Amino acid sequence: MKDPVDVLIIGAGASGAAVAWSLAETKMHILCLEQGGWMNPAEYPSAGRDWEAKFYGEWSSSPNVRGRPEDYPVNDDNSPIKVVNYNAVGGSTVMYTAHWPRLHPSDFKVKTLDGVADDWPIDYDALTPFFEENDRIMGTSGLSGDPLSPLTHPPMPQQPMGLSGAIIGKAMNKLGWHWWPSDTTVATMDYEGRARCINLGHCTPACAQGAKSSTDITYWPQAIRAGVELRTHCRVREITTDENGMASGVVYYDKDGVEQFQPAHVVIIACNGVGTPRLLLNSASSRFPNGLANSSGLVGKNLMFHPYAQIYGYVKEPTDSNRAPPTCLWSKQWYDTDLARGFVRGFGVQFVRGAGPVFEAVVSEQKDILPWGEDHHRVFRKLNGHRLGFSAICEDLPEEHNRVTLDPGLKDSHGIPAPKISYTISENSQKMMDYALARGREILETAGATDICVNSPIPWGGWHLLGTARMGTDPERSVVNEWGRTHDVKNLFIVDGSIFVTSGGVNPTSTIQALALYIADQMKQRLANLFD
Amino acid sequence: MSADNQLTRTQRGDLRIIAAMIVPASDEYKVPGADDAAIQADMLATLGRDTKLVAAALDHLARLAGAPLAELDAARREAVAQEFRKSGGAAAATLARVVLQCYYRDDRVLRSLGIELRPPFPKGHVLPDGDWSLLDPVKARGGSMRQIP
Ligand SMILES: Cc1cc2nc3c(=O)[nH]c(=O)nc-3n(C[C@H](O)[C@H](O)[C@H](O)COP(=O)(O)OP(=O)(O)OC[C@H]3O[C@@H](n4cnc5c(N)ncnc54)[C@H](O)[C@@H]3O)c2cc1C
Ligand code: SF4
Repeated sequence: MKDPVDVLIIGAGASGAAVAWSLAETKMHILCLEQGGWMNPAEYPSAGRDWEAKFYGEWSSSPNVRGRPEDYPVNDDNSPIKVVNYNAVGGSTVMYTAHWPRLHPSDFKVKTLDGVADDWPIDYDALTPFFEENDRIMGTSGLSGDPLSPLTHPPMPQQPMGLSGAIIGKAMNKLGWHWWPSDTTVATMDYEGRARCINLGHCTPACAQGAKSSTDITYWPQAIRAGVELRTHCRVREITTDENGMASGVVYYDKDGVEQFQPAHVVIIACNGVGTPRLLLNSASSRFPNGLANSSGLVGKNLMFHPYAQIYGYVKEPTDSNRAPPTCLWSKQWYDTDLARGFVRGFGVQFVRGAGPVFEAVVSEQKDILPWGEDHHRVFRKLNGHRLGFSAICEDLPEEHNRVTLDPGLKDSHGIPAPKISYTISENSQKMMDYALARGREILETAGATDICVNSPIPWGGWHLLGTARMGTDPERSVVNEWGRTHDVKNLFIVDGSIFVTSGGVNPTSTIQALALYIADQMKQRLANLFD
Repeated sequence: MSADNQLTRTQRGDLRIIAAMIVPASDEYKVPGADDAAIQADMLATLGRDTKLVAAALDHLARLAGAPLAELDAARREAVAQEFRKSGGAAAATLARVVLQCYYRDDRVLRSLGIELRPPFPKGHVLPDGDWSLLDPVKARGGSMRQIP
């Protein structure tokens, strides 16, 4: 039998990397098991002439399309929004778009402010030092001082405005609406061993330049230098428990497919809002028949995606198309509740600079704005390099029927039951999306755009996986307590997006990592009585 | 077996013709059609994981046409193509995508669009920094985040 480790982390993505790095200073024996491997930037799509085509195959953001052995399938037939992720050292940060807003202080108090969902058991202030620490290590760029966003101190200047940014800024000024350069994790200068962004424009399916911060090139090298052990190609099947109802370790399949047992004194789950409930449900036993840490029955429930309402059009002037990181500006004009709009809560906006030629052709053909036949060339030249986009990140409220369960038939390559998603867009979210599209249309028309197209929701937009093991003080209404420990199993912690109580109207990863660092800090402060 | 051999001769013939219907050659823009030999060769060589759906799309097309596309007159071919677009589902969408992704990486086509013939990495692109005084009205308006009691 293997020697027990002090701390076993499952998942080496955004949150797993942050918690590993933070705990490393304790000098405990920390082991992370990750089902994927290390990435090789030399193989990233933007280094080849077929860079755009790869996004439709081996570099798709959908695990079902990619189908790498490191991926697990997800049955999302019962959801208008499909799950996208990445499974490797770095997790979904390998594939993310690096847009970096934080939840607002008001997002932690939605019950108090708006009478919906629940307040978080912690507030924004508790996370402030960890947001700052995380921004330093991930390496953010941006412009401090946005009046409608939490104060940040990005260590690097904002991305260039580019052609697209200027068109959007002018339109927003005409309308008198708020906009600001986005905080992003794109390095705009050489930073801590990372080369600055050279505008490959292909940030989402991985940055060959290393300018986009994914945790395989930020947290992990530091954590490993500090003594953390990372074992790749190790897929955890289940967490085991002992006669005292404590986690005793995990059963996993190693890189050769051989079943192994790894004992541990503390287990931390960082598998994301779909992978984590899947693992807890797969860890059902006679002691925990409904799944591990699931006495509340809430494991897998309250899945929140952030339905994206996207609208785009084409202006006469050239835009940046694929010659820049896709995101550059945000707006918080509609972030806070205004009941006169017909819905509660609100949305952040992420403006999109444009698209590359293949993507433009494929999508426009599907949207029927790019004809077949003789007129194809004229229309393509009108569209290509002229696109501008607006995406509203709509706050999804927690609803128990939106959930992750285990699929009765579908399994991954190790025979482990796969997750099944059941999700519908609520009436409130739908009204918010419709409202957002109307505002987006006004902006695009003010910018002079025509051929306006809508994706609402973005179907392959299940990138924010939140709420399926929520945080709270009441064990009957939550899965983990206010410092990330499961109510039911006193040496089992969760640090990923599944612990979100509500989703806010912004991309979540900055907040996910700040939470992971906060939980690590709480653990360090309580080491002497962690299991009390 | 190479992807080349995974489509039958008739399927390859139909692919060539439907590709030209999607993107015909143009003297005005000085570009080949998507039935160009080099572009077709690229498609066949890189079909890979799309082979099954493309083959299914071509089978559907053959059913609609009732004969190799080459044997139909222009009007009938056009009608079949319309129907194919309408009823072809995911398979037809995959076929169109395969045609377009190979077409829009061809040197002659990119040159005509004024796009450099290279992958994005390692040269990258240059982006104008822009005039940040555009932000002045936003700064002047100010405002604040929602307060919590
Ligand atoms: C296309 C795309 C664009 C995005 N854009 C943005 C953006 O612009 N801004 C933003 O804030 N967020 C964005 N996101 C979301 C962001 O990537 C996630 O919020 C973040 O990575 C979640 O962190 P996590 O730690 O919860 O999970 P992940 O980063 O997904 O990491 C989970 C890890 O756990 C591993 N794992 C899972 N199950 C097991 C198991 N049983 N055994 C072993 N290992 C396991 C996985 O392989 C994975 O590496 C985007 C995501 C995608 C896919
Ligand atoms: S645009 Fe910048 S961050 Fe994005 S892939 Fe290119 S170099 Fe990387």
